[in-house]
Amino acid sequence: MELQQGIFILMGVAMIVSSIVAMYVKDLVSSVIAVGVVSLFASILYLILQAPDVAMTEAAIGAGLSTLIFLYALKRTRDTEEEND
Amino acid sequence: MEWNTLLGSILTLSGSIFLFLGALGVFRMPDLYNRMQAGTKATTLGTMLTLLGIGICHTEWLGQIIILIMFIALTNPISSHALARAAHFKGIPLTAKSVTDKLKEEESKEEVR
Amino acid sequence: MDKLPQIILQISTYFVSAGIILTALRLIKGPTMADRVVALDAFTVISISLIVLIACIAGRVIFLDVGVVYAILSFIGVVAVARHIEGGL
Repeated sequence: MELQQGIFILMGVAMIVSSIVAMYVKDLVSSVIAVGVVSLFASILYLILQAPDVAMTEAAIGAGLSTLIFLYALKRTRDTEEEND
Repeated sequence: MEWNTLLGSILTLSGSIFLFLGALGVFRMPDLYNRMQAGTKATTLGTMLTLLGIGICHTEWLGQIIILIMFIALTNPISSHALARAAHFKGIPLTAKSVTDKLKEEESKEEVR
Repeated sequence: MDKLPQIILQISTYFVSAGIILTALRLIKGPTMADRVVALDAFTVISISLIVLIACIAGRVIFLDVGVVYAILSFIGVVAVARHIEGGL
Protein backbone atom coordinates (compact mmCIF):
# COMPACT_ATOMS: atom_id res chain seq x y z
CA MET A 1 0.00 0.00 0.00
CA GLU A 2 2.79 2.39 0.92
CA LEU A 3 4.70 1.59 -2.26
CA GLN A 4 1.68 2.28 -4.45
CA GLN A 5 1.07 5.59 -2.66
CA GLY A 6 4.68 6.59 -3.30
CA ILE A 7 4.42 5.83 -7.02
CA PHE A 8 1.07 7.62 -7.13
CA ILE A 9 2.43 10.88 -5.66
CA LEU A 10 5.57 10.76 -7.83
CA MET A 11 3.64 10.20 -11.05
CA GLY A 12 1.11 12.91 -10.16
CA VAL A 13 3.81 15.53 -9.59
CA ALA A 14 5.59 14.54 -12.82
CA MET A 15 2.26 14.73 -14.70
CA ILE A 16 1.61 18.29 -13.46
CA VAL A 17 5.16 19.39 -14.36
CA SER A 18 4.97 17.93 -17.87
CA SER A 19 1.60 19.59 -18.49
CA ILE A 20 3.18 22.92 -17.48
CA VAL A 21 5.97 22.16 -19.98
CA ALA A 22 3.32 21.50 -22.64
CA MET A 23 1.91 24.97 -21.99
CA TYR A 24 5.11 27.02 -21.90
CA VAL A 25 7.38 25.41 -24.51
CA LYS A 26 8.02 27.34 -27.74
CA ASP A 27 8.02 24.52 -30.28
CA LEU A 28 4.68 22.99 -31.24
CA VAL A 29 5.96 19.44 -31.84
CA SER A 30 7.57 19.47 -28.38
CA SER A 31 4.20 20.48 -26.99
CA VAL A 32 2.56 17.50 -28.73
CA ILE A 33 5.18 15.19 -27.22
CA ALA A 34 4.58 16.63 -23.75
CA VAL A 35 0.83 16.05 -24.16
CA GLY A 36 1.58 12.40 -25.00
CA VAL A 37 3.67 12.11 -21.84
CA VAL A 38 0.81 13.56 -19.76
CA SER A 39 -1.46 10.90 -21.24
CA LEU A 40 1.03 8.18 -20.32
CA PHE A 41 1.22 9.37 -16.71
CA ALA A 42 -2.59 9.42 -16.57
CA SER A 43 -2.60 5.83 -17.84
CA ILE A 44 -0.23 4.74 -15.06
CA LEU A 45 -2.39 6.53 -12.47
CA TYR A 46 -5.47 4.69 -13.74
CA LEU A 47 -3.54 1.43 -13.43
CA ILE A 48 -2.70 2.14 -9.80
CA LEU A 49 -6.37 2.98 -9.17
CA GLN A 50 -7.30 -0.55 -10.40
CA ALA A 51 -9.02 0.49 -13.64
CA PRO A 52 -7.25 -1.39 -16.45
CA ASP A 53 -9.88 -0.80 -19.16
CA VAL A 54 -9.80 2.97 -18.66
CA ALA A 55 -6.00 2.82 -18.71
CA MET A 56 -6.03 0.88 -21.98
CA THR A 57 -8.37 3.41 -23.61
CA GLU A 58 -6.30 6.33 -22.34
CA ALA A 59 -3.08 4.79 -23.68
CA ALA A 60 -4.63 4.06 -27.08
CA ILE A 61 -6.19 7.48 -27.60
CA GLY A 62 -3.57 9.62 -25.88
CA ALA A 63 -0.41 7.98 -27.19
CA GLY A 64 -1.41 6.82 -30.65
CA LEU A 65 -4.39 8.63 -32.04
CA SER A 66 -4.04 12.18 -30.70
CA THR A 67 -0.32 12.34 -31.55
CA LEU A 68 -1.00 11.31 -35.15
CA ILE A 69 -3.91 13.74 -35.53
CA PHE A 70 -1.95 16.64 -34.00
CA LEU A 71 1.05 15.99 -36.26
CA TYR A 72 -1.16 15.77 -39.37
CA ALA A 73 -2.87 19.05 -38.41
CA LEU A 74 0.52 20.72 -37.83
CA LYS A 75 1.72 19.64 -41.26
CA ARG A 76 -1.41 20.96 -42.96
CA THR A 77 -1.50 24.31 -41.20
CA ARG A 78 2.21 24.98 -41.58
CA ASP A 79 1.90 24.76 -45.36
CA THR A 80 -0.80 27.44 -45.56
CA GLU A 81 1.04 29.75 -43.13
CA GLU A 82 4.15 29.66 -45.28
CA GLU A 83 2.05 30.52 -48.31
CA ASN A 84 0.62 33.56 -46.54
CA ASP A 85 4.03 34.84 -45.52
CA MET B 1 13.55 -20.47 -1.44
CA GLU B 2 12.97 -22.24 -4.73
CA TRP B 3 15.41 -21.89 -7.59
CA ASN B 4 13.00 -20.11 -9.92
CA THR B 5 12.26 -17.43 -7.31
CA LEU B 6 15.99 -16.84 -6.84
CA LEU B 7 16.63 -16.68 -10.61
CA GLY B 8 13.66 -14.38 -11.17
CA SER B 9 14.76 -12.06 -8.37
CA ILE B 10 18.27 -11.76 -9.75
CA LEU B 11 16.99 -11.12 -13.28
CA THR B 12 14.44 -8.51 -12.16
CA LEU B 13 16.94 -6.66 -9.99
CA SER B 14 19.67 -6.56 -12.66
CA GLY B 15 17.15 -5.48 -15.29
CA SER B 16 15.91 -2.60 -13.15
CA ILE B 17 19.52 -1.51 -12.53
CA PHE B 18 20.09 -1.53 -16.31
CA LEU B 19 16.96 0.61 -16.75
CA PHE B 20 18.18 3.11 -14.17
CA LEU B 21 21.63 3.33 -15.79
CA GLY B 22 20.08 3.85 -19.21
CA ALA B 23 17.93 6.67 -17.88
CA LEU B 24 21.02 8.20 -16.25
CA GLY B 25 22.75 8.05 -19.63
CA VAL B 26 19.78 9.79 -21.25
CA PHE B 27 20.03 12.52 -18.64
CA ARG B 28 23.78 13.10 -18.65
CA MET B 29 25.17 12.38 -22.14
CA PRO B 30 26.35 15.48 -24.04
CA ASP B 31 24.92 14.77 -27.48
CA LEU B 32 21.74 13.58 -29.16
CA TYR B 33 23.32 10.49 -30.70
CA ASN B 34 25.06 9.48 -27.48
CA ARG B 35 21.79 9.92 -25.66
CA MET B 36 20.02 7.78 -28.23
CA GLN B 37 22.61 5.03 -27.90
CA ALA B 38 22.33 4.96 -24.10
CA GLY B 39 18.57 5.20 -24.19
CA THR B 40 18.05 2.37 -26.67
CA LYS B 41 20.54 -0.38 -25.88
CA ALA B 42 20.43 -0.24 -22.10
CA THR B 43 16.67 0.15 -21.85
CA THR B 44 16.01 -2.68 -24.32
CA LEU B 45 18.22 -5.07 -22.36
CA GLY B 46 16.82 -3.89 -19.02
CA THR B 47 13.20 -4.28 -20.08
CA MET B 48 13.82 -7.74 -21.48
CA LEU B 49 15.58 -8.88 -18.29
CA THR B 50 12.90 -7.43 -16.00
CA LEU B 51 10.02 -8.97 -17.93
CA LEU B 52 11.83 -12.33 -18.13
CA GLY B 53 12.41 -12.34 -14.37
CA ILE B 54 8.76 -11.64 -13.64
CA GLY B 55 7.74 -14.28 -16.18
CA ILE B 56 9.99 -16.88 -14.53
CA CYS B 57 8.45 -16.20 -11.12
CA HIS B 58 4.81 -16.04 -12.31
CA THR B 59 4.77 -19.01 -14.61
CA GLU B 60 1.13 -18.62 -15.69
CA TRP B 61 1.88 -15.19 -17.23
CA LEU B 62 4.77 -16.47 -19.33
CA GLY B 63 2.96 -16.50 -22.71
CA GLN B 64 1.94 -12.84 -22.68
CA ILE B 65 5.33 -11.78 -21.33
CA ILE B 66 7.14 -13.62 -24.16
CA ILE B 67 4.88 -11.84 -26.67
CA LEU B 68 5.78 -8.50 -25.05
CA ILE B 69 9.52 -9.30 -25.06
CA MET B 70 9.43 -10.27 -28.75
CA PHE B 71 7.52 -7.13 -29.60
CA ILE B 72 9.99 -4.88 -27.79
CA ALA B 73 12.99 -6.65 -29.34
CA LEU B 74 11.50 -6.15 -32.79
CA THR B 75 10.19 -2.59 -32.61
CA ASN B 76 12.61 -0.67 -30.38
CA PRO B 77 15.59 -0.75 -32.81
CA ILE B 78 13.29 0.25 -35.68
CA SER B 79 12.02 3.36 -33.94
CA SER B 80 15.50 4.31 -32.77
CA HIS B 81 16.89 3.90 -36.28
CA ALA B 82 14.13 6.06 -37.74
CA LEU B 83 14.87 8.74 -35.15
CA ALA B 84 18.63 8.70 -35.77
CA ARG B 85 18.16 8.87 -39.53
CA ALA B 86 15.71 11.77 -39.25
CA ALA B 87 18.02 13.68 -36.88
CA HIS B 88 21.05 13.19 -39.12
CA PHE B 89 19.28 14.28 -42.28
CA LYS B 90 17.81 17.30 -40.51
CA GLY B 91 21.37 18.41 -39.74
CA ILE B 92 21.57 18.24 -35.97
CA PRO B 93 25.30 18.60 -35.15
CA LEU B 94 27.46 16.08 -33.32
CA THR B 95 29.22 17.06 -30.12
CA ALA B 96 32.62 18.76 -30.30
CA LYS B 97 34.48 15.72 -28.93
CA SER B 98 33.37 13.36 -31.68
CA VAL B 99 36.07 11.99 -33.96
CA THR B 100 34.48 10.87 -37.21
CA ASP B 101 31.19 10.89 -39.12
CA LYS B 102 31.12 8.06 -41.66
CA LEU B 103 27.67 8.83 -43.05
CA LYS B 104 28.62 12.41 -43.95
CA GLU B 105 31.83 11.19 -45.62
CA GLU B 106 29.84 8.71 -47.69
CA GLU B 107 27.39 11.44 -48.72
CA SER B 108 30.21 13.76 -49.82
CA LYS B 109 31.76 10.93 -51.86
CA GLU B 110 28.41 10.32 -53.56
CA GLU B 111 28.15 14.01 -54.44
CA VAL B 112 31.66 14.05 -55.94
CA ARG B 113 30.78 11.15 -58.18
CA MET C 1 3.59 -21.45 -6.86
CA ASP C 2 6.26 -19.01 -5.83
CA LYS C 3 5.73 -15.29 -6.11
CA LEU C 4 8.42 -12.67 -6.41
CA PRO C 5 9.51 -11.53 -2.92
CA GLN C 6 8.23 -8.20 -1.71
CA ILE C 7 11.59 -6.55 -1.06
CA ILE C 8 12.83 -7.28 -4.59
CA LEU C 9 9.64 -5.77 -6.00
CA GLN C 10 10.10 -2.64 -3.88
CA ILE C 11 13.73 -2.10 -4.87
CA SER C 12 13.02 -2.71 -8.57
CA THR C 13 10.08 -0.33 -8.52
CA TYR C 14 12.19 2.37 -6.90
CA PHE C 15 14.92 1.98 -9.53
CA VAL C 16 12.43 2.07 -12.41
CA SER C 17 10.65 5.11 -10.93
CA ALA C 18 13.97 6.92 -10.60
CA GLY C 19 14.66 6.12 -14.24
CA ILE C 20 11.28 7.53 -15.26
CA ILE C 21 11.95 10.72 -13.30
CA LEU C 22 15.40 11.15 -14.91
CA THR C 23 13.99 10.67 -18.40
CA ALA C 24 11.18 13.12 -17.67
CA LEU C 25 13.78 15.66 -16.50
CA ARG C 26 15.58 15.29 -19.85
CA LEU C 27 12.23 15.73 -21.58
CA ILE C 28 11.64 18.94 -19.62
CA LYS C 29 15.18 20.28 -20.08
CA GLY C 30 15.98 19.15 -23.61
CA PRO C 31 17.07 22.13 -25.71
CA THR C 32 15.69 21.04 -29.08
CA MET C 33 12.73 19.02 -30.29
CA ALA C 34 14.82 15.96 -31.27
CA ASP C 35 16.17 15.62 -27.71
CA ARG C 36 12.62 15.45 -26.44
CA VAL C 37 11.74 12.75 -28.96
CA VAL C 38 14.75 10.66 -27.87
CA ALA C 39 13.68 11.10 -24.25
CA LEU C 40 10.15 9.97 -25.21
CA ASP C 41 11.56 6.90 -26.94
CA ALA C 42 13.45 5.83 -23.81
CA PHE C 43 10.53 6.86 -21.60
CA THR C 44 7.97 4.56 -23.21
CA VAL C 45 10.22 1.50 -22.92
CA ILE C 46 10.88 2.18 -19.22
CA SER C 47 7.18 2.77 -18.59
CA ILE C 48 6.27 -0.61 -20.12
CA SER C 49 8.52 -2.16 -17.50
CA LEU C 50 6.81 -0.11 -14.78
CA ILE C 51 3.36 -1.25 -16.00
CA VAL C 52 4.42 -4.91 -15.76
CA LEU C 53 5.85 -4.29 -12.26
CA ILE C 54 2.52 -2.74 -11.19
CA ALA C 55 0.77 -5.81 -12.61
CA CYS C 56 3.04 -7.97 -10.47
CA ILE C 57 2.28 -5.87 -7.38
CA ALA C 58 -1.48 -5.94 -7.92
CA GLY C 59 -1.48 -9.58 -9.02
CA ARG C 60 -3.97 -9.18 -11.88
CA VAL C 61 -3.19 -10.58 -15.31
CA ILE C 62 -5.28 -8.05 -17.27
CA PHE C 63 -2.74 -5.31 -16.52
CA LEU C 64 -0.35 -6.99 -18.97
CA ASP C 65 -2.76 -6.23 -21.83
CA VAL C 66 -2.34 -2.53 -21.09
CA GLY C 67 1.40 -3.00 -21.54
CA VAL C 68 0.93 -4.73 -24.90
CA VAL C 69 -1.44 -2.00 -26.18
CA TYR C 70 0.92 0.72 -24.99
CA ALA C 71 3.92 -0.95 -26.65
CA ILE C 72 2.16 -1.05 -30.04
CA LEU C 73 0.82 2.50 -29.93
CA SER C 74 3.96 4.17 -28.57
CA PHE C 75 5.94 2.58 -31.40
CA ILE C 76 3.51 4.08 -33.91
CA GLY C 77 3.74 7.47 -32.19
CA VAL C 78 7.55 7.60 -32.14
CA VAL C 79 7.81 6.56 -35.80
CA ALA C 80 5.20 9.21 -36.72
CA VAL C 81 7.20 11.94 -34.95
CA ALA C 82 10.39 10.75 -36.68
CA ARG C 83 8.72 10.90 -40.10
CA HIS C 84 7.44 14.37 -39.25
CA ILE C 85 10.95 15.55 -38.40
CA GLU C 86 12.31 14.09 -41.63
CA GLY C 87 9.65 15.87 -43.65
CA GLY C 88 7.20 13.14 -44.60
CA LEU C 89 3.78 12.27 -43.11
